[in-house]
Amino acid sequence: MADAKKRSLGKEFTKGLVKENPVLRLVLGTCPTLAVTTSVTNAIGMGIAATIVLVCSNIVISALRKLIPDKVRIPAYIVIIASFVTIVQMLVKAFVPALNTALGAFLPLIVVNCIILGRAEAFASKNTVLYSAVDGLGMGVGFTAALCLMGTIREVLGAGTFLNGIQDLLILFGDNVLNGWNGFDLNSGLEAAGLQPITLFILPAGGFFVFGILIALANKIAEGSGKPKAQLNGCEHCPMAGSCTKLAQENKSKEAEA
Amino acid sequence: MKYLIALLVMGLLTNNFVLSKFYGICPFLGVSKKLNTAVGMSAAVIAVMLLATAATYPINKLLISRNLEYLQTVVFILVIAALVQMVEIILKKFMKPLYNALGIYLPLITTNCAVLGVVLLNVEEEYTFIQAMVNSLGAGLGFMLAMVLFAGVRKKMESCDIPEFLKGLPITLIAASLVSLSFLGFSGIIEGMGLI
Repeated sequence: MADAKKRSLGKEFTKGLVKENPVLRLVLGTCPTLAVTTSVTNAIGMGIAATIVLVCSNIVISALRKLIPDKVRIPAYIVIIASFVTIVQMLVKAFVPALNTALGAFLPLIVVNCIILGRAEAFASKNTVLYSAVDGLGMGVGFTAALCLMGTIREVLGAGTFLNGIQDLLILFGDNVLNGWNGFDLNSGLEAAGLQPITLFILPAGGFFVFGILIALANKIAEGSGKPKAQLNGCEHCPMAGSCTKLAQENKSKEAEA
Repeated sequence: MKYLIALLVMGLLTNNFVLSKFYGICPFLGVSKKLNTAVGMSAAVIAVMLLATAATYPINKLLISRNLEYLQTVVFILVIAALVQMVEIILKKFMKPLYNALGIYLPLITTNCAVLGVVLLNVEEEYTFIQAMVNSLGAGLGFMLAMVLFAGVRKKMESCDIPEFLKGLPITLIAASLVSLSFLGFSGIIEGMGLI
């Protein structure tokens, strides 16, 4: 019994990493994915902040799942999530101020990140606290990993650096950690070879392009193991989708009558 | 006045809310398949953005006067959610045709980061009431412009011969990348028009 439980806990964790990666497979949280991946440092910062909110809100929502009335569950979830986002925002402002500037409005916008509300609705509202916490951690790590992958591609190709400005995050562990090492700079090597970074990749257009190619690759890999392609589901995973599709259908039938 | 026009042009062209600031990507990708839904959704977004800005401005002043700035995120998202519900109920009761046209998009807008995004930006930049309203209008119109343009692009794309592995979402994102690239051409327009 204990063994079986352990195994499925592991499964809950790993599904968020690969099989149900929130960014590359479920296509959730696209706004922060595109906006903050201009550097790996920002990607890591955003990933960690979102993971903390995800785990904490999953735990609280799961613990309160029998107390929250079904009708007001979405506003209740939003309040819980917004409280944790505010806490994280204050912590970031106090301890990692450079990250707060770099992420800008996307830090408070974790509130409306569909990954978090989606997990609350799809998982935490139906499962026990431990499982919800593990699910949140898995999804958060999957989100961070996808952000880092995109950030690496965009930063290396677009700016010719890697982990540039990492001291902004390491400041959390004190001044001058790792002897003040501030990431790799490949620009001098590139210049010697007569090359220049492709600035396009850190521009917004590059974000869309890299994301498109990564989704295509993820589709190709998933296809090999017989999984369906990632779909354009701006709506299906949204917790509001239930009421939305119903309304859309009503509207359609009204149109048909008229 | 010049500054207000500059704000409008920035939201619309140079710093397009969707294509260069990445707010509201979900509806941009999800609802832009057809022109009429794209227009309906963006009209609803513009209306809610303006209402939300007007509603949150005095609330924010109140929060600041009581030293409660840290409650901004929580309060704003709740105000937006309540506002969207209220608009939906009012439209349903008094303006049935408008409700039929826009109603289905309203619940989607609560969790649309473009609305909360513009409200937070207005607070962050410390705009006056007029500036905040103009900035929201610019952002909303920029959202509409991107949606309408992209709906056209997607319509053309339907009849194209797309490589198998790019079909669906990947080619949509790559097309969005090209549309976004074309908006780079507007950079410098504000300085060029002598607005700043």
